[in-house]
Amino acid sequence: MKITFDWLKDHLNTNLKEDKLLEQLTNIGLEVESLENLSAELDLFKVAKIIKTKKHPNADRLKVCDVNVGEKDLKKVVCGANNAREGLITIYAPPGAVIPKTKTKLVVAKIRGITSYGMLCSESELNLSDESKGIIELSLAKYGKSIGKTYFPKTNSNLIDLSITPNRPDCLGIRGIARDLAASGFGKMKNIKEKKVKVKNKQTLKVKIKKEKGQGCRAFGSCLITNVKNSESPQWLKDKLVSVGQKPISAIVDITNYVMLDINRPLHAYDADKIDKGIIVRNSKLGEEFTALDNKNYKLENGMCVICDNKGVLGLGGIIGGTRSGTELDTKNILLESAYFEPGSIRNTSKKLNLDTDAKFRFERGIDPLSIENGLKKAASLIKEICGGEISKIDIQKIETHKSKNIKFNPSLFEKITGFKISINEMLKILEDLGFKYKKEKKYLKLTIPSWRPDISQEVDIVEELVRINGYDKIKIINPVKERTKSTLSQSQKLFHFLQRAVASKGYLEVITWSFTDSNYNNYFRDSNKEIKIVNPISVELGVLRNSIFSNLIMYMNKNLDRGFKDLSIFEIGPIFTGYDPGQQNTVICGLSAGKKSRGSWIDKERNVDVFDVKRDVVQTLVEAGYNYDKFFIDSETPNYYHPGKSGRLYLNKQKDHVAAFFGEIHPSILKNLDLKTESLIGFEIFLDNLKLPKKSLNDQKIKFNVSDFQKSERDFAFIVNKDVKAQDLINVISNVDQNLISNIKVFDVYEGENIPQNQKSIAISVTIQSFEKTLNESDLENINNLIIKTVENKTGAKIRS
Amino acid sequence: MSDIKKIRDEFLSKLKGKINLSEINDIKSNLFGKNGLISSQFKKIGSIAQNERKKFASDLNDIKDELQNLIDFKINEIQNSEINEKLNKEKIDVTLPERTFVRGKIHPVSQTIDEISSIFSEIGFSVEEGPDVENEYNNFTALNTPHNHPARDMHDTFYLDQKKERLLRTHTSPVQIRTMIKDKPPFKIIAPGRTYRSDSDQTHSPMFHQVEGLHIDKDINMGHLKGCLNYFIKEFFEVKKIKMRFRPSHFPFTEPSAEVDIGYEIKDGKIKIGEGNQWLEILGCGMVHPNVLKNVKVDPKNFQGYAFGIGIDRLAMLKYGINDLRAFFDCDYRWLNHFGFDPLDLPTNYRGLSR
Repeated sequence: MKITFDWLKDHLNTNLKEDKLLEQLTNIGLEVESLENLSAELDLFKVAKIIKTKKHPNADRLKVCDVNVGEKDLKKVVCGANNAREGLITIYAPPGAVIPKTKTKLVVAKIRGITSYGMLCSESELNLSDESKGIIELSLAKYGKSIGKTYFPKTNSNLIDLSITPNRPDCLGIRGIARDLAASGFGKMKNIKEKKVKVKNKQTLKVKIKKEKGQGCRAFGSCLITNVKNSESPQWLKDKLVSVGQKPISAIVDITNYVMLDINRPLHAYDADKIDKGIIVRNSKLGEEFTALDNKNYKLENGMCVICDNKGVLGLGGIIGGTRSGTELDTKNILLESAYFEPGSIRNTSKKLNLDTDAKFRFERGIDPLSIENGLKKAASLIKEICGGEISKIDIQKIETHKSKNIKFNPSLFEKITGFKISINEMLKILEDLGFKYKKEKKYLKLTIPSWRPDISQEVDIVEELVRINGYDKIKIINPVKERTKSTLSQSQKLFHFLQRAVASKGYLEVITWSFTDSNYNNYFRDSNKEIKIVNPISVELGVLRNSIFSNLIMYMNKNLDRGFKDLSIFEIGPIFTGYDPGQQNTVICGLSAGKKSRGSWIDKERNVDVFDVKRDVVQTLVEAGYNYDKFFIDSETPNYYHPGKSGRLYLNKQKDHVAAFFGEIHPSILKNLDLKTESLIGFEIFLDNLKLPKKSLNDQKIKFNVSDFQKSERDFAFIVNKDVKAQDLINVISNVDQNLISNIKVFDVYEGENIPQNQKSIAISVTIQSFEKTLNESDLENINNLIIKTVENKTGAKIRS
Repeated sequence: MSDIKKIRDEFLSKLKGKINLSEINDIKSNLFGKNGLISSQFKKIGSIAQNERKKFASDLNDIKDELQNLIDFKINEIQNSEINEKLNKEKIDVTLPERTFVRGKIHPVSQTIDEISSIFSEIGFSVEEGPDVENEYNNFTALNTPHNHPARDMHDTFYLDQKKERLLRTHTSPVQIRTMIKDKPPFKIIAPGRTYRSDSDQTHSPMFHQVEGLHIDKDINMGHLKGCLNYFIKEFFEVKKIKMRFRPSHFPFTEPSAEVDIGYEIKDGKIKIGEGNQWLEILGCGMVHPNVLKNVKVDPKNFQGYAFGIGIDRLAMLKYGINDLRAFFDCDYRWLNHFGFDPLDLPTNYRGLSR
């Protein structure tokens, strides 16, 4: 909502200055978004006289003019207007001026080889009218002596742009803003006396609101103004509209706009001669269409509120009029409409047609239903004043009478909500200034809500009015108590934070990517999940919710590779989605590692990152988080986006109830399809929702501290096994041989090739044997040795290598 | 001269000459081995005449000690000279680079969430969460934003179905609804998380982060709200004093509603929070609307309180001097390295939030 202090002063008596005004507007909830000094920019536009014109040597349509702009030297200006001629008084814009219409800043420029210092302006360029043929012609009599002077009258008023919240339609009119200001002590409201207008004629055009289900029009007021002469608006009206950034069009349109801006009363003017018989307000029927004033054709659905005549639709009530009945400069007879449309109906229609207009914006927030008559009177008398003619009596059709709302307000609620006190008298003063009527009733105030405040419906709304006008700065700070009755984080939140930092500490950079992704990328990692589409995505590339974090991670990994970084590890912790319903999402940590280790090192041999790098990161992270390494179970079943032979699946225990993690090389065909240029790309996913939260705290889970001081011995074994036998199987078998004596098992070599039969491999394992009871002697060791060999051979088909 | 004197002189002169470790070891076993020269002399003690025995034994012991000491000395000397020789050879250039190391980082948004949680933990708030996909009821209707209300325009919503029943939450406020439906008052929670609006330009990202706050009890009023936010902002920006302005605004789910601005100034091209004449909007808040309480079966006659919503990304930008919101989600290695935090840098209130 754009206003000026000058316009406010039409409604407000005040001696206060603009800086105070800006502060006060914000303090009462009418936030000042920006302040623009229009006159400073317009100051540059000067009245000027063309002294001489010559044809441009290189262009037939252009002229080179010598222009007197009130300075010693004449200015050379290149101009394309037909009407540029010697002796013409017009408006000159120097280099540096900003053209209001295009918002472009003029510079000294060569036009077809001739340097032009500034520009001569058309009315349209200055937003004075739509007239764009030729430059402005000013009358010699009026402006002959003003050459070199500023064309636009100096206004001290800056353009103030307010952000009006959707609950305050009343402040979409200058008077409403003035009312709030006056209530807060910033000046006094002016009483505006209604001008007495003589009316003789009856309103002869019949108006009917059809009583039907979902009728969006509650009341329709109108009057006829006959024998008008539509013209340009007088200067004061043009200035007023220009001062808030509106473009003057013609007197009739300007007047309806002025009334709308002044008191938030949208009006519509019809050319009465173009209305066939009478006005009918009804619901539209599917397939009806009309051409609106924006020159677009609209096809209507059922149930939209339309204003019609005998021939069909004239316009959409409260949203936009039609071209068929629009006023023009030669319009003689006007029907002026001032109606009340239901906000919900307006909103439905405009949403369906994707149509946004100033009137719609106001009606959907709620127009004062009691302003119908006032608006008609105000506009009609202005039209008579400016365009002449005769005004008819006002006709108001309605299907419902406005009933004022009442609230019982308990004044003690104010302190209960705000924490501070104000006196009853103060409350009454504020409420009265805002337009409330009151009656004192024992403990309560019976308040009648002003018709222009659709936002107020209960006691707490009154509290807001009072505290808002009184000032939020009066609210006293009550310092918080430092006391905690509940733990801050839940178990799973603690796990989230722990894992996040545990993974980062392994050299991964944390990234945050959007929860949506490109369905092409997503499809690579979707596995068997269903695609979850967004109905109205920002762009097709962000059209689906991610089924895996990999899609985004790999896209950004690629961008970083393109930036020339070769060896990097990134991870994200966040949601992946499994369905359309709330809660069908899982929290995942997903990591990606590319390139080499020790690339170009002078000391270490470089190598590609591999599965065992990420396996370590995953395993170490889970162990750090408190999960028992000895219970982990790993196999090689993984989703299809992993390399089938170089990836693994990790369970926290052998019951295999939920997958804790996947890890492995990303499938080479994905790298190929996405054109990822790296030596190696390895990833992992840890599924937080599948990690069982221990019932006991980590401290309680710990078994008694118990170590053996008896001598330990290490024995090495090399087994020949079939290739498909997993190291984990051997380890499991050995650890079960004697859990009291076997304290550690370590694979220290895996070998295939020479001396080993085809399809077999050798796995070398070192076993640490230690007793809690005694130092083991040679024969004890020999026994356990033999037992290990025998058990492994029996259970896995392995053969000890001799 | 007795035998033992001879042995002594012979071996002393051997040991005093140039000699290496294995020669010394040979001498050692020649003298003190099982049948070594000195060892065999000890065996003789029994056969020596009574009157000479004492002196013999004493002389023999002296010679044994003398030789033994010299041998130990010599061994030590040789070992030391070997070490010194090795040290002389083993000089390397320690200015050569160390083995490569990698350093992970925590994203500034995660760090900021941890900072926020740490501050609110101190004054008794606990952390709640809600899903990113919400139903229309929790995101709008329950929050007193009915269908066909212009306030819905303030949220450009991503929908997941044509009926507009399922959507990506436009704010963290639905966590209020979920929390209040699930439990009984009093409530004192914060809820950080991802939020979504179909808005994308220099200053808007279709995904961003908010933290919701909710405190409902018997008598929580606007003074408590002001106190809580004043405390939070001071703690978060780690300043002693903060210039803060409450200004009336409108949110359908709070009444009265406020927006909060903090004072700032630009000094040497850097933003300074808490001083200066410029105002910066950082959050929206208000007293929870009685209609919202009714919707979650909390009696507004007995319970009241406040709620607030803060943009986390913006807080992080202000605190850590980050200019471009879009960069948060761009995953640029250089940016992550520059603005990220060491994983060991966990914000705590005893250590202070930031280093």
